[in-house]
Amino acid sequence: MEIAQVIGLALVTTIFLLILRQDKPVMAILLSLVFSIIIFTSMMGKLASIIDVIKELTRRAGLNYFFLATILKIMGVAYLGEFAAVICQDAGEQAVAKKVEFAAKIIIAVLTLPIMVAILESLMDLMPG
Amino acid sequence: MNIDVLFRIAGIGILISVLCIVLKQAQKQEQAEMLTLAGVVIVLIMVVQLMNQLFTTVRSVFNL
Repeated sequence: MEIAQVIGLALVTTIFLLILRQDKPVMAILLSLVFSIIIFTSMMGKLASIIDVIKELTRRAGLNYFFLATILKIMGVAYLGEFAAVICQDAGEQAVAKKVEFAAKIIIAVLTLPIMVAILESLMDLMPG
Repeated sequence: MNIDVLFRIAGIGILISVLCIVLKQAQKQEQAEMLTLAGVVIVLIMVVQLMNQLFTTVRSVFNL
């Protein structure tokens, strides 16, 4: 029943946010940031066990571990970027949120470059001549 | 889950908004602004510590 804990925390935070939003919007943003951090940190343990299972499956299938490591890095960058972008958007700063998303996209593109090169190389091996 | 920090921050926010109203009623606008700033800084320090914790966890999970 971990979802009950999350729901209860979310509802209590919403009530506090409604009270704080009128007088102190800065405090409201900080409170929602702390709520996001708490939920994120508490879910990281479960995410780690999912990733362990995927790693075990990769090892059994004999796949290259480098690809899985890249996918995990991309997941991390995407989660963190989205986390920050939503907080900025919540504070009404659309421009900052868009820049964070842009940076996350560029970093993900850089991380995918080695995989793209590997795909092209295997394609060149397949093609005769 | 360490949810007490959430209630601590909500408490600080409500306390500061109430104290601000009291100070504004007593015609002490500057001190009310100072109080708001101090509260924001205190909460920001707590938030930075939590963010450090989060980034350490994410780095260890995703091997970033």
